[in-house]
Amino acid sequence: MSLTDPTARAAARDSILSRLRDTLGADSAAVARRREAVDARLGKVVAPTAPPLADDTAGMLARFRSEAEQMASTVVEVDGWGEVPAAVAAYLAEKGLGTRGVIAPELAALPWSTAGLAVEPREARDADLLGITGCFCAIAETGTLMLLSAPGSPATVSLLPETHVALVPASRLVPTMEAAFARMGEQAPGGQPPRAVNFISGPSRTGDIEQTLVLGAHGPYRVHLVLIRGA
Amino acid sequence: MEVRSIEFKQRASERAIDGSLQGKLKTAKGLFVGGRARAVARFDAEGGDFEALRDVGRGIRDEVLDNLDVWLETFERNATARGATVLWARDGAEISRLVVEIAQRHGVKKAIKSKSMLSEEAGLNEALEAVGVASIETDLGEYIIQLAKEPPSHIIAPAIHKNKEEVADLFEQHHHKPRKTEIAEMTREAREVLRSHFVSADMGITGGNFLVAETGSVALVTNEGNGRMVTTMPKVHVAVVGVEKVIPTLNDLAALLRLLPRSATGQTISNYVSLLTGVKSEADRDGAEHLYYILVDNGRVGLVGSEFQEMLRCIRCGACMNHCPVYQTIGGHAYGWVYPGPMGSVLTPLYTGLDKAPDLPHAATLCNQCGVVCPVKIPLPELLRKLREKQVQTGVGTATAKAERRALKLWGFAARNPRLYAFGARIATRYLKWLAGGKDRIQVLTMVPEWTKGRDFPAPEGKTFRELYAQRAARRR
Ligand code: SF4
Repeated sequence: MSLTDPTARAAARDSILSRLRDTLGADSAAVARRREAVDARLGKVVAPTAPPLADDTAGMLARFRSEAEQMASTVVEVDGWGEVPAAVAAYLAEKGLGTRGVIAPELAALPWSTAGLAVEPREARDADLLGITGCFCAIAETGTLMLLSAPGSPATVSLLPETHVALVPASRLVPTMEAAFARMGEQAPGGQPPRAVNFISGPSRTGDIEQTLVLGAHGPYRVHLVLIRGA
Repeated sequence: MEVRSIEFKQRASERAIDGSLQGKLKTAKGLFVGGRARAVARFDAEGGDFEALRDVGRGIRDEVLDNLDVWLETFERNATARGATVLWARDGAEISRLVVEIAQRHGVKKAIKSKSMLSEEAGLNEALEAVGVASIETDLGEYIIQLAKEPPSHIIAPAIHKNKEEVADLFEQHHHKPRKTEIAEMTREAREVLRSHFVSADMGITGGNFLVAETGSVALVTNEGNGRMVTTMPKVHVAVVGVEKVIPTLNDLAALLRLLPRSATGQTISNYVSLLTGVKSEADRDGAEHLYYILVDNGRVGLVGSEFQEMLRCIRCGACMNHCPVYQTIGGHAYGWVYPGPMGSVLTPLYTGLDKAPDLPHAATLCNQCGVVCPVKIPLPELLRKLREKQVQTGVGTATAKAERRALKLWGFAARNPRLYAFGARIATRYLKWLAGGKDRIQVLTMVPEWTKGRDFPAPEGKTFRELYAQRAARRR
């Protein structure tokens, strides 16, 4: 076994797989049966395990909001995209969080400067204090954002800054993580997960010193959600 | 990591009298045990069925183990198609060698790690440091114990045995900043120190909660966000994962994520779940450029198809130790290796050899608290019992166990010969009465002194049951 020596690499792999085969059945018929079983399983729809949840927009919105708040996110609701920059500016002003930040490039076209905000469309760096993102889905069951990494939505924007503001159009609400994956299969490039799918439920936290909860471990200290009812 | 489970008895009794340790464990127990109970009750109250969910979890893990070779090939194919390199390691030494070679290939000077129990199995930090690569733990708990040069004492709360004063001392000594004692301030200080490592490291090392075969992805579950940092900031990401961690599909991941956080901390969901697939594209602005998977055996393959296969379902939630009266009394370090509590008592002898951990199968009261809460329904007490049986069959054991075995054999022989039995019992009760020296307790039982180490043995009256029975019968007549 060695990175640079293909024979040794193959030896480690073969030894592990052949020992498994010795136990599970090494003859070609047995292996073929297992391959079939795996193929069949990949195509199988497993029974749902989530509690029965509302899947209409109003129901999902209510559930998403209360779950997100339980995970220590703050939430405001607005009617349309037009109100978003002002709503974000109001939140930042109220908390004294400044007016500068970094934004997922896919959202750069909104009139941020009109609302008095100076946001740069790029990936985040260590010194950035505010990151604004959208989301691919918002999962009602757990109040969770699902972000897909892409050139227009770099993963660092929701991670490095101390404040993460996420814009959540109501049309992005789904009841469960399964539904979010199904939508990813329909809408993501190639139907495949991108490099990073990040599920985010509130600010980062730790309880590692005396099991005392502290918000703001390595990621954001605060997550603020702007729910857009009419979008 | 060196296996020190052979010292279990000594360490356990030292810790059982350490009142401050029990205080810390009690706080954590309240949080985790109460948290889990509330989370499960809420899930059921909303119309879910947690019991059925546990069966689903168990089913998913069993299905994979039944066809593990093919699931691994499927994972390998899909991960490779997305630009990852899939490597295999038979043991801890091979893990270390591969990680060191990857570090050298990419000119790595500093590696950052998110919690990986497997790298503890392999002693990876030491291997990297030996070739001049700094290796820094980034989970706050793991970071604390790395500074203290101690092993983890709980799989999800590694520094559970340290109080804030001890942590403050460590930070003061290593951060060269004024001593802080507010937990929030201490956490901020650690965040700043670790942030400087996140932005300067060349390689990120993680474990993996699950490998998704369908997409060739690894799923990482954290609350602190360090799992995201470690896989986003450095140009190289190495995921070291046991071969048993593969699951079929993304929907299976969704189901298992309903079990894991509830069982571990009582959360409905952990703050971050990251699903990582392949490498950064040309157009991407951030993310790792190189992704390596190291799929590890280190004792796992041997359990497939064995009477201990069920242990491989484990999703490392820690519920079994949170609910274990023995763990709550002695803490994690007494177990002497990477995994404490009931799951460790099963895994350590299986992965490192019964001869290295002869006491662990006995480090349980078989009260079945662990079996009741395990999210994938691993029958931990039954597996412990099987290990004990195996110990007897193979003759591995401590001197006491051997003496007990000899005595039981002798007893078995005598019990089949009523006269001999009556005679032997007569001698034995008189001998024990003599040993007690007129008192009603025996302080040292000479044949098996271990039995009387922490307690006395009641002395018999000097007559056997048969003798007393015969006397009584005579009186009645
Ligand atoms: S044995 Fe069960 S309860 Fe213990 S850590 Fe593993 S999955 Fe959790």
